Amino acid sequence: MSDAYVVGVDMIKFGRFPDRTVPQIGAQAALMALDDCGLTIKDMEALYCGNLGQAAGMVGQRILQEIGQTGIPVINVSNACATGATAFREGWAAVKAGLYDLVLCVGVEQMGKGLLGGAGGGSGISREGLLGSGTMPSVFAEAGLEHSRKYGTTFAQFAKVSVKNHHHSTLNPKAMYQIETPLEVVMNAEMISYPNTKLMCSVNVDGSAAAIIASEKKARELGLMKRAVKVRASVLTSDPWQERDLVMPDVNSCTRLAAKKAYEMAGLGADDIDLVELHDCFATAEILHYENLGLCGPGEAGRMIDTGEVALGGRIPVNVSGGLLSKGHPLGATGIANIYEVATHLRGEGGKRQVEGARIGMTHVIGLGSACGIHILEKA
Amino acid sequence: MSTKPLPAVSYIKIPESGEPYLEGYQCGACKATFLGTRQVCSKCGARDQMATKRLPNSGKLYSYSIVHRSFPGIAVPYISAIVDLDDGTAIKGNLIDIEPDPEKIAFDMPVDVVFADALGRKDREGNSYISYFFKPKSA
Repeated sequence: MSDAYVVGVDMIKFGRFPDRTVPQIGAQAALMALDDCGLTIKDMEALYCGNLGQAAGMVGQRILQEIGQTGIPVINVSNACATGATAFREGWAAVKAGLYDLVLCVGVEQMGKGLLGGAGGGSGISREGLLGSGTMPSVFAEAGLEHSRKYGTTFAQFAKVSVKNHHHSTLNPKAMYQIETPLEVVMNAEMISYPNTKLMCSVNVDGSAAAIIASEKKARELGLMKRAVKVRASVLTSDPWQERDLVMPDVNSCTRLAAKKAYEMAGLGADDIDLVELHDCFATAEILHYENLGLCGPGEAGRMIDTGEVALGGRIPVNVSGGLLSKGHPLGATGIANIYEVATHLRGEGGKRQVEGARIGMTHVIGLGSACGIHILEKA
Repeated sequence: MSTKPLPAVSYIKIPESGEPYLEGYQCGACKATFLGTRQVCSKCGARDQMATKRLPNSGKLYSYSIVHRSFPGIAVPYISAIVDLDDGTAIKGNLIDIEPDPEKIAFDMPVDVVFADALGRKDREGNSYISYFFKPKSA
């Protein structure tokens, strides 16, 4: 099978765009990605579109109404917070299979404000606050405190993740926020669900990102190899059975499984990775994923944040984009936005936040329910 | 409208006489326990091996969060708790009768499962509900 390459990729600056439609927001990133490689919609053979909020709304076709109705197949994808990564992976799979030489993948979301989560159902009364909490800040707080019970991880260590990612975002003009948040500011922000304060929760924003995937033959034919990024691994998992998964949505085992498969597919180990964009939907989650992705050993995640190993300039920089905590988390767009971030560093176009000498990077997203998507990318 | 309170979730059983209790489903092949009905075991894939099992009324606190902001109309703060019952079944609910302060809450603290009215919540038809709560075991 031929290799597949990202030849064009871009994202809009995340923000709040209540006056625009979902297809309009998605179309903007699609056009930016096409411009990034000098192609047009007429060159695309299929569109893979990720969106959650209007999952039944044929968003991909409506994007084509904004940028060119060429009659290509459209696959609309919904897979919780792994939606964008799933759309990208479906496009990658089709190119790998030899079905197409050029495909467009778009992730887009328009978010409301407020808490994410399910209030439960089944009986005639709300279960929220009666049988614990189904809000996302609480679910991820419980996953974080599970790490605390095993390894003594502290509130301050969780909070340092937000300090780091908010700092990184000051170097990223496409992030929602560019604001430094010192540790005492993070820890003293409004408590949402202990130990997650408001500044330790991802930002609900509107956004879109898009990528164009090409077969090796086509990328060479079009002279696009110079800035191309090779997809070394693409993995999607669901949550394998775990003893507490009825009451604790599983963010760990499906990530561990996906990481193992991704390293195998790429023929690489964690030591080969130069930067990681991982799913910091809450500060507590980022700590868990250092270990889940094998960036450190069991119980070493607290040390990783204390020593700055995961900060820009450290041993393995994590979320130099600012992450979901500060760049923002438009659910369906996130999985492609983090591919944009890693590709930008591999191309040496990261500006002030460039990870020096980056050759190989990893992206990770997890959607509760659960779905985990991991990609390993390499400079061509 | 029912004359008697209804169970807040399907795995609370309210007998004609005697105290309410929790009922799980256990796979006869691998012994995994589930809350709520299930035909096939999602751990081992065995079919037609599920049997009901009365769950114990005590356990230990596995993990928790202290919820300070919830959906509109939900009283805060409260403690959302994950408890491992004595037979190993994991269950989620509110931890009550303890201050919502991380200094006061200890992992593995023993708790009892107690049954009470579902915080006065009623459905549209006016039915009352019985729910369960976790309460620290008195020393």
